[in-house]
Amino acid sequence: MSTTTAPRRRPKSPISAAAPAASGSRVGVSGRTFTIVSAIVLVVFAIVWLIPSLFALKTSLSDNGTAALGASAILSNWNPTLHSYAALFQAGDIWNWYLASGVTSVITAVLTVFFASMAAFALSRLQFRGRNLVFLLVILGIMIPTQVLIVPIFQELGAINLLNTYWSVIFPQVPAVIAVFIFKQFFDGIPRELEEAARIDGAGLWKVYWSVVMPLSRPVIAAVVILTFVGVWNNLLLPLFVLSNPNLMTIPVGLATVQGSFGQRYADIQAGAILAALPLIILYLAFQRQIVEGVTGSGLKG
Amino acid sequence: MTAAETVNRPVMTVPPRTSVLRRSALNRGNGRGAWLFLAPFGIFYLAFLLGPTIWMLITSFFNTSTVRPGLGSFAGFANYAEMLGRADFWSAMWHTLQFTIYTTPPLVILAFVFAVLTNRMRRGQWFFRLAFFLPFILPSATISLIWVFVFTPGSGLWATVESGLGITPGAGVLASPNTAMIGIAIATVWWTLGFNFVLYLAGLQEIPRDLYEAAAVDGATTWEQIRYITMPMLNRTTTLVILLQIIASLKIFDQVYLMTSGGPGISTQVALGLVTNTGFTDNRIGAASAASVLLFIVIIVIAVIRQLLDRSAARKAA
Repeated sequence: MSTTTAPRRRPKSPISAAAPAASGSRVGVSGRTFTIVSAIVLVVFAIVWLIPSLFALKTSLSDNGTAALGASAILSNWNPTLHSYAALFQAGDIWNWYLASGVTSVITAVLTVFFASMAAFALSRLQFRGRNLVFLLVILGIMIPTQVLIVPIFQELGAINLLNTYWSVIFPQVPAVIAVFIFKQFFDGIPRELEEAARIDGAGLWKVYWSVVMPLSRPVIAAVVILTFVGVWNNLLLPLFVLSNPNLMTIPVGLATVQGSFGQRYADIQAGAILAALPLIILYLAFQRQIVEGVTGSGLKG
Repeated sequence: MTAAETVNRPVMTVPPRTSVLRRSALNRGNGRGAWLFLAPFGIFYLAFLLGPTIWMLITSFFNTSTVRPGLGSFAGFANYAEMLGRADFWSAMWHTLQFTIYTTPPLVILAFVFAVLTNRMRRGQWFFRLAFFLPFILPSATISLIWVFVFTPGSGLWATVESGLGITPGAGVLASPNTAMIGIAIATVWWTLGFNFVLYLAGLQEIPRDLYEAAAVDGATTWEQIRYITMPMLNRTTTLVILLQIIASLKIFDQVYLMTSGGPGISTQVALGLVTNTGFTDNRIGAASAASVLLFIVIIVIAVIRQLLDRSAARKAA
């Protein structure tokens, strides 16, 4: 992604910019001033945007005593310590929470990718009675705000005895209708010749889906896996109400629940906040492009 | 607004491509195959999306409770009448509106400005993307813990900056009913701006370069180019951003629950907070369902408006 909007007339060096020039100089000079001013504005805002995270990081690397004294004490303390991180890992809860977040996020992502891509394959490639009804349900499903369903979903999970299990976090998040939509759009763009050839060679539907379509769909599979993983990891509402056993809690719920018992141990709290985000930060740095494209794609399409 | 919601927010579908399908060799006698492919997702869809929606509609007409099994006695529209007559219901709706009013302008204007400026930078784009987008992927728990700490009364970072600017820090942003929602809005703008920022960046990529070239040849200044090319060309993105923000505001829960629990008093209580309190604290499933249905209707109406706008925009473009 390059500077698409950059003005076309850009002086090649500061000297030529400063020199009074013939026609068009107004464009060049004002464009240049504009660029410098905008760079300064942008850098200032970027720093403002980074400050809260960096302040949290700095706090987590202080000792609890310093952190309790307030912002100026934290910022003027130059003895970083990993004490808070060590304390959290020794206390042990965080391991259970990481396990819960990891297990629920991974299983949900895997189930969503399989089930949504299968449904999308049927919608993209197969003709059957009731197809229009299924389409209607897909559109309806995209509009249903799942958060609003928290009370009936809680009741249902209670009725089938799944409360306080990882499944209670996984199952309600599997039917992400948008994933079907993303897969279908991608499948629609895959040329059909390959499948037709496979069909003529005697391949069944499953073989076409599994050996022809899915291997061609790696980019979209990656996008759905990452977005689902991040979504489940970050979900607060559902696990907050369906998990009450502290050993099973996901990391955001665990942190929210014990927050009160941390009292004045501000460095520990900030270390917890950073640990909750750490896997996602690593994921972001590793898959920046896929994440940004997936997020814009799911927001923009249509 | 979390990544999960991001995943949940789009779009209209393409009409079935019957002509292609009829030609296809894949389509002979595979009706049953199609249903087998649909079944796994379909079961989860019915069990955890459509089923709960229908159950919510049903229980909203009954005095259902968590403390005894079954639906309970029939209530007719009593739950709805109760909700629509309750001051705290309207107060929750008002706080939702308040939150929308506080967050939407900065989320639109700042995201637009940051995207336009970032797009002009020839170097260091990765840095601006990192700075503005990274908060968006953080869990709500992380951003809430960070901002509650930043807003610590007296000695927190916010209060320290206020003192530095010569303002006497008060009792704390989140501690006063007048400013608590502003505090939540500030944290939210910081958190979710990155989403709109990348939407605008994507929109900027679609503007043809020759428009700017032609404008530059005609002697348009940079500002004129932004005013008369960039802004109109991004209108559609702006509409999208505003509607998505309204829907996200209606569903706000995490930040409020984690930063203020709806307080002080009920000064920041929002619709979903009211729903969960009624359902899980008061054990009144029927009343909670009625509130959910009302919220549900508002969200669907806005989602439909979005689809209609999208379609008319697409028709105009075609």
